[in-house]
Amino acid sequence: MSAPASDTPGQGLSAAAAAGEPEALHAAPLTARSPLARLARDFCASWPALIGLVVILVIAVVAVFAPWIVPQDPYDLAQLDIMDGTLPPGAESYAFGTYWLGTDVQGRDMLSAIVYGLRISLLVGSVSVACALVVGSAVGLVAAFFGGSVDSVLMRIVDIQLSFPAILVALILLAIFGNGVDKVIVALIIVQWAYYARAVRGSALVERRKEYIDAAVCLGLGTRRVLFRHLLPNCLPPLIVIATVQVAHAIALEATLSFLGVGVPITEPSLGLLISNGFEYMMSGRYWISFFPGVALVVVIVAINLVGDRLRDLLNPRLQR
Amino acid sequence: MLVYFIRRLGQAALVLVVMALLVFVGIYAIGNPVDVLISPEADLAEQQATIERLGLDKPLWEQLWLFLVNALGGDLGRSFVHGEPALQLILERLPATLELALVALVIAVTAGVFLGLWAGLKPDSLTGRSIMTGSILGFSLPNFWLGLMLILVFAVSLQWLPAGGRGDTVSLLGIRTSLFTLDGLSHLILPAVTLALYKTSLVIRLARAGTREVALQDYVKFARAKGLSSSRVIYVHVLKNIMIPVVTVIGLELGSMIAFAVVTETVFAWPGIGKLLIDSIVNLDRPVVVAYLMMTVFIFILINFAVDLLYSLLDPRVRLSEAKA
Repeated sequence: MSAPASDTPGQGLSAAAAAGEPEALHAAPLTARSPLARLARDFCASWPALIGLVVILVIAVVAVFAPWIVPQDPYDLAQLDIMDGTLPPGAESYAFGTYWLGTDVQGRDMLSAIVYGLRISLLVGSVSVACALVVGSAVGLVAAFFGGSVDSVLMRIVDIQLSFPAILVALILLAIFGNGVDKVIVALIIVQWAYYARAVRGSALVERRKEYIDAAVCLGLGTRRVLFRHLLPNCLPPLIVIATVQVAHAIALEATLSFLGVGVPITEPSLGLLISNGFEYMMSGRYWISFFPGVALVVVIVAINLVGDRLRDLLNPRLQR
Repeated sequence: MLVYFIRRLGQAALVLVVMALLVFVGIYAIGNPVDVLISPEADLAEQQATIERLGLDKPLWEQLWLFLVNALGGDLGRSFVHGEPALQLILERLPATLELALVALVIAVTAGVFLGLWAGLKPDSLTGRSIMTGSILGFSLPNFWLGLMLILVFAVSLQWLPAGGRGDTVSLLGIRTSLFTLDGLSHLILPAVTLALYKTSLVIRLARAGTREVALQDYVKFARAKGLSSSRVIYVHVLKNIMIPVVTVIGLELGSMIAFAVVTETVFAWPGIGKLLIDSIVNLDRPVVVAYLMMTVFIFILINFAVDLLYSLLDPRVRLSEAKA
C-alpha cells in the first residue's frame, strides 16, 4: 500500500468530494429515516439501556451542579463538626439536619462527599477516554492508511502494550509520576490508547479497500482530508462502543488505583479514595463510610455498561437487521 | 517448528531487555530512597556510607549497566528495606500468589463454563437471561469493593470466615501451601472468590457465545441424529469445542490475574507478591519493584508461549510453524 500521490488540497473539487462522502453521521436533519434517529429509536426499545442512560444523565447533572445541590461543602473544614464524627445513616444533628448516609470520622456528610467524589471520578473517566480516543484513533488510522513498516511498528507497540494488564501498567506509571488527578488522567490515557488504535486500524483496513476511498484519493484530495473526513467517520461505530465501555473501565481503574493509594491526592478524594478511607472503620461495623461510595461507584459503572451493551448490539454490523 | 521457537525466544529476550530499561529509568525518577531509609539523626558520614553501600552514588548509566549484568546472573539487586536479595523475597511470596490465582482460575472456569453452557443452550429462558444480567454485574463490580463487601458480610457480620491473612500452611515438596489445611482453605475462599468473579463473567460470555455457535453445527445435529443422549452431546461434543476460545482467553487472563492479585492481596492482607509490590512502592524500595516487574514480564512471556502450544494441541488446524509471531 502506498500513500496517495498528491497531497495538494483539491479546492475546486470539494463539491464533488462532498458528493462522494458517505452520508452517515453528516449534518442531515434528524428525520425519522436518518441513521441517528433510527439508532435512538432502537436504543429506547431496550428498557435496561434506557434506565442506564437516564441514570448516567442524572448523575452527570448532579455531579456538574454539585456545589449548588449538596447540603455541605465536604472539603471546607469550617463547615465540618468533629462532634458529628462517624454518625450512622439517618442520624440527626442540631446544626446540620439529617445525615442521610451518615458521616465519616471527621464529621463529613457522606452524601456530600460522595457527590464530590463522583465529580472527580467522572472527570477522570471522561477526560482520559476522550484523549485516549483521539490519540488511539489517529495512530490506528495512520497505521491502516500507510501500511507497510509504519503499520507493523505501530501495531507491534500496541501488541506489547496490550499484553500487559492495564492495572499493572497504570500502577507502575503512577508509582513513577506520583499522586495527582492530572497524573491519573495521563496514566489512564497511556493504558487505554492502544485499544482504540487496534480497533480503528481493524475497521479502517476494511474501509480502506472500498471504492469511495479510491475515489477520494483519485480526486486528488489531501491525505489528511481523506483520513479524517472519509475514512474516520466510517470507522466510528465500533469506536463508540469501545469508548462507552472504556469510560466505565477508566472509572473503575481510577477507583482501584486510588484505593491502593497511588491515585488521586487526599485533598481531592474520588469514590475509590472514600472507600479506602472507610476500610479501617469497617472492621468495627461502621460500614457506611465504605459502603455508600461503593454503591455509587457500582451504579455508575453498571449504568454505563448497560448502555454500552445495547450500543454494541445495535452497532454491530453482523447483527444488522 | 524450531525456527518458530528461536524467533519467539529472541522476541522474549528483546521484550525483557526493553522492559528492564524502561522500568529502571522510570523507577529512578521516583523520589530519593535515601530520605526514607536513613534515620534523620544519622550524621553526614553515615549518610554517605549508606549511599555508597546501596550504590546510589554512581551515575544512572553505571547503575543500569551493573543491574543488567547482575540480572543475567540471576541477581536482581538487594532490597533496600529488607536487606535480602529482591529475587529471593519475590520467590518466597510467589507460591502464595500463584495459589490464589490458580484457585480463582479453577473457580472461574468451572462456574463460568457451566453457567455459560446453560445460558447458551437456553438463551431465552429466565435462567439464561438472569445469568447474562448477572455477568454484566460481575463485570461492573470493582474488585476491591467486592472484597470489602465480602469481608463485611462473611467476616464482620456473620463471622464465618477470617477477614485476612493466609492461615496455616503445610509444606508440600518444599512449597508452603494452604490448600491442605482447613484453616488455610477458610482464609483462601474470600480472596479467591473476589479474584474469580470478573473472570467468571468473562468465561460465561465466551462459553455462551461458543455454545450458541456450536449447537447449530452439523456435527452436533449428526450426533443427535445418531441417537446419542443429550448429556453426551453437550458434555462431549459441545463442551470440547467451546473450550478452545476459553482456554486461549483464560491462559492470557492468568497473567492479568496475577496482576489483579495486587488489589485482592491488599484488601485481604494476603502475603503474596502483589502486596510486596504495593509495600515496596510505598517504601521506595526500587530493587524490589524492578525485580517484581521483571518477574511478572517473565511469567507473562511464559504464559503466552504455553497458551500458543496448548492452542495447537486443542485445535489441530493451527500449526505453530505457520503462525506469524
